[in-house]
Amino acid sequence: MSSVIDASTSPAARALRSPAQPIAGRAGTSFKHQHLEAILSDAPQGSFFEVHAENYMGAGGPPHRALGRLRREAPVSIHGVSLSIGGPQPLDSAHVARLRALVERYDPVLVSEHLAWSSHGTTYFNDLLPLPYTDATLARVCEHIAQVQDAIRCPMLLENPATYVLFRDSTMSETDFVRAVARRTGCGLLLDVNNVYVSAINHGYCPLQYLATFPLGAVEEIHLAGHVEQTDDEGDRLLIDSHDGPVADAVWALFGMVIARCGPIPTLVEWDGNVPDWPVLKAEAMAAQAVLDRDRPANVCA
Amino acid sequence: MRVTGPSGKAAQKRYGVYRNNVTVSLIEALAAIYPAVQRITGGEFFRAMARFHIRSTPPTSPLLFEYGHDFPAFIEKYEHAQSMPWLADIARIERAWLDAYHTADAAPLKPEALAAVPVNCLADLVFVPHPSTRIVRSPYPAIAIFAMNRGDSPVGPIEIVEPEDALITRPQDEVVVRRLPPGGAVFLASLISGESLGVAAATACEVEPSIQIAACITDMIEAGAFAALRCGE
Repeated sequence: MSSVIDASTSPAARALRSPAQPIAGRAGTSFKHQHLEAILSDAPQGSFFEVHAENYMGAGGPPHRALGRLRREAPVSIHGVSLSIGGPQPLDSAHVARLRALVERYDPVLVSEHLAWSSHGTTYFNDLLPLPYTDATLARVCEHIAQVQDAIRCPMLLENPATYVLFRDSTMSETDFVRAVARRTGCGLLLDVNNVYVSAINHGYCPLQYLATFPLGAVEEIHLAGHVEQTDDEGDRLLIDSHDGPVADAVWALFGMVIARCGPIPTLVEWDGNVPDWPVLKAEAMAAQAVLDRDRPANVCA
Repeated sequence: MRVTGPSGKAAQKRYGVYRNNVTVSLIEALAAIYPAVQRITGGEFFRAMARFHIRSTPPTSPLLFEYGHDFPAFIEKYEHAQSMPWLADIARIERAWLDAYHTADAAPLKPEALAAVPVNCLADLVFVPHPSTRIVRSPYPAIAIFAMNRGDSPVGPIEIVEPEDALITRPQDEVVVRRLPPGGAVFLASLISGESLGVAAATACEVEPSIQIAACITDMIEAGAFAALRCGE
């Protein structure tokens, strides 16, 4: 049975996976197999790498061989993309068990998932679909996160989504929603700064306003990624969270503001489509590292 | 519709982003599993065919490398692919290739293991298949077509047009697709089902009297088709 715990009364639940947090203040990148040899000979000291959990849920073969080799050299973060935490139906218990097995096998430094849904009935949609923010969805998301945390025996991080539509029946803001989730479940938050920017432009609000109300004290990882620009029905800018290019200047600026305010937070550059050669990805991670290394006080967001 | 843009703006195109993400990402998933099929049909044909399949048979597992097991059967019935009756078999080899890629790791049976078996035990030997072992039978030169279209090298005419049965294995990191000799598929399928070497050989000889059992078993062991052997009763 899963239980919803209150973080304030359960400090142990907020303990980091490894006692000596090896990625404090470090930047990392998505891990792509074609980069393995380059990474092993040329990764920046202290870098970490993130993989999509689902790609390593096969029984064996080259994916596990590659991740195993990487894991011996660097900390790895496991990022799930299909658990459907935001969906109305119960989590797929077989999938939760697979995630647990993966966490046991690779001892990741972070485990994260999205505030979204991707399965309905027996169909898997392979996209991160949005949900309305209401008391009912909040209760369900908290229940699902508690179930995941019980299974993996450590806190997970929940990522804010990039969205293209809003729901008429939402009764609270996204930032209030994730604050309540973190408080009720003890989970950490993964602040995707690109998603903040994409959603803000798409819905016509100020990204700084969003960040001002975001519970930054619960953020344990930051994501940066590229997006592309389209237009909506009325010809206005509509940004798509595509992960297929460099991080936009506006996103770098927001990231700099978050770090200036909070101090260094582990930061990961995602790049999943049109993946460039390793030096390009490495340069993005080093640019993020330069921001983290600016002379700042230690984590001051409380 | 419950969804909306900011300040009640129209959400049709915005909603379409999700619809498009779902369809395009699943077409890409099928294209990644079936690159030779895509090369043979061309991108536009493939996308249309994949779109029909996704609509009728969407994925039921969040593990996309498991998707598309029904695609070969769909291709076989697909109206616009009837002029390429061999296309479904190319898809079957590609699906088996990816299955072999992700199966559990296991050390393949060493060739010397067979040599160590006393002659009077041979007929009773039972072979444990390697987790990656797959057989795809085709009345067409499916392996030749698969091999020619799997990479980027230029394609040419198929020189020998005869049926080809494929053995797919992954003894280590590399997936290997080999041609089984006539009768070899029946022989191996019988061994995989747990029949003894003697029974499997007799079954194979019935369908293909000229089959060279000793050479056949040696080749299969060398391909990594088995994980172990044990002497039967």
